[in-house]
Amino acid sequence: MIPITPWDLAIAAVLVLLLGLTSLRLQLGITQSLFIAAIRTTVQLLLIGLVLKLLFDTVNLYFIAGIATIMLAVASREVLARQQRRFSGWWSIGLGSVSMFISSFSITLFALWVIIGSEPWYSPQYAIPLLGMLLGNTMNGVSLSLDRLTHGAWQQRDIIEQRLMLGATRNEAFLDIRKQSIRAGMIHIINAMTTAGLVNLPGMMTGQIIAGSPPVEAVKYQILIMFLIASGTGFGIITAVTLATHRLFDERHRLRLDTLTVKSK
Amino acid sequence: MATLSIHKLRFQQRGPFSLRIESEQSVSLTGPSGAGKSLLLRAIADLDPHQGDCAIDDQTCSGMPAPQWRRFVGLLPAKNVWWFDTVGEHFDNHEQPWLANLGFDTDVMRWTVSRLSTGEQQRLALLRLLQNQPQVLLLDEPTASLDAENTQRVEQLIAEYQAAQHCPILWVTHDPEQATRIARRHLAIKDNQLRETGSHSL
Repeated sequence: MIPITPWDLAIAAVLVLLLGLTSLRLQLGITQSLFIAAIRTTVQLLLIGLVLKLLFDTVNLYFIAGIATIMLAVASREVLARQQRRFSGWWSIGLGSVSMFISSFSITLFALWVIIGSEPWYSPQYAIPLLGMLLGNTMNGVSLSLDRLTHGAWQQRDIIEQRLMLGATRNEAFLDIRKQSIRAGMIHIINAMTTAGLVNLPGMMTGQIIAGSPPVEAVKYQILIMFLIASGTGFGIITAVTLATHRLFDERHRLRLDTLTVKSK
Repeated sequence: MATLSIHKLRFQQRGPFSLRIESEQSVSLTGPSGAGKSLLLRAIADLDPHQGDCAIDDQTCSGMPAPQWRRFVGLLPAKNVWWFDTVGEHFDNHEQPWLANLGFDTDVMRWTVSRLSTGEQQRLALLRLLQNQPQVLLLDEPTASLDAENTQRVEQLIAEYQAAQHCPILWVTHDPEQATRIARRHLAIKDNQLRETGSHSL
């Protein structure tokens, strides 16, 4: 692999700078967030590089568990930040974290124990990148689905209540919205699997090939990752949507929009 | 044969309201807007959290699953909503016995909902409700956007349904003339009290 020098990165940064200046000229209003995002990605990735180096040198289960907890906390916060209408109280943060924990963590453990069989099973070279990819994708899916779900409940409250009045159960009255929001969260990974290799070369595989792995080995890992991400995202979304549905209705099959609060700007 | 009894119903800082409507009795309900007429109907249909209980004969609302209760007490809201594209999809069966009573033929089942006028929606919403064969009717201004002819059709149909099913009816109306046409017992919500405003026995 040809190593990249800080100068090489600086040259690439000039491209982002040019883009920023162009959007400033065109008054697109994204220049500031573009620069902040570029700086964040640099700092965060350099830091995680250092953390991973430290992790690889020590291989300590508690240390890895600590990092995983931080990753989950940040992902949960991100899910919350993307909701226009949130649940009040502990449900707001709990919903995302519980559903991501159940799906991402159990699928990562499953992959480490049953499929990859790394020694020790928590070997950070496998555990942390796997968990990261699963969490990242599940986070996107869960936040999209939850936003759709609460938005749908709010916007279609008259329809839901009309169906309840006519004797529908909460599940019957809410089925369409639930299906739509699960689909909205799943569509990204389904599209990614559909066009993988034809249109887009997935980032992990590309990285492995550049780093010198044989292409077929990289491809096998990528397929594994795709399957893990699809199931992690899917189960995470289904868990989140089921919990949220449970919260949006009470035991007398009433729509309870009072469990939601609107995000203040 | 069914009797609706409402026992100390409280909701959203309103009430307690108690009321008993006998089998085949119609009761009109009036009151200034914001007095809680629609909220009372919603609470009876168990759509909002409340204290107190309702019962049809000796079957209480709290003693059965809410969807079952809502099939027994048919609530016709002031604003009716449709969710499928065509009218027919909202009905189990396209051969609805009372279509002609309200001035429709079976062709209406193929109409798209977006094509319906407010008045047509209101009449069809009544038919949609009646297919559950409710034992009690809670009607929230069911003729609000209807002309005289269709108002008469709706009043006639509800009277026929009541005669066949012997159901109690609680009917919200703003029209005093309609109130005297459809009911002999009249109630009003005023200052958080449910008051009889004139009751004539048969």
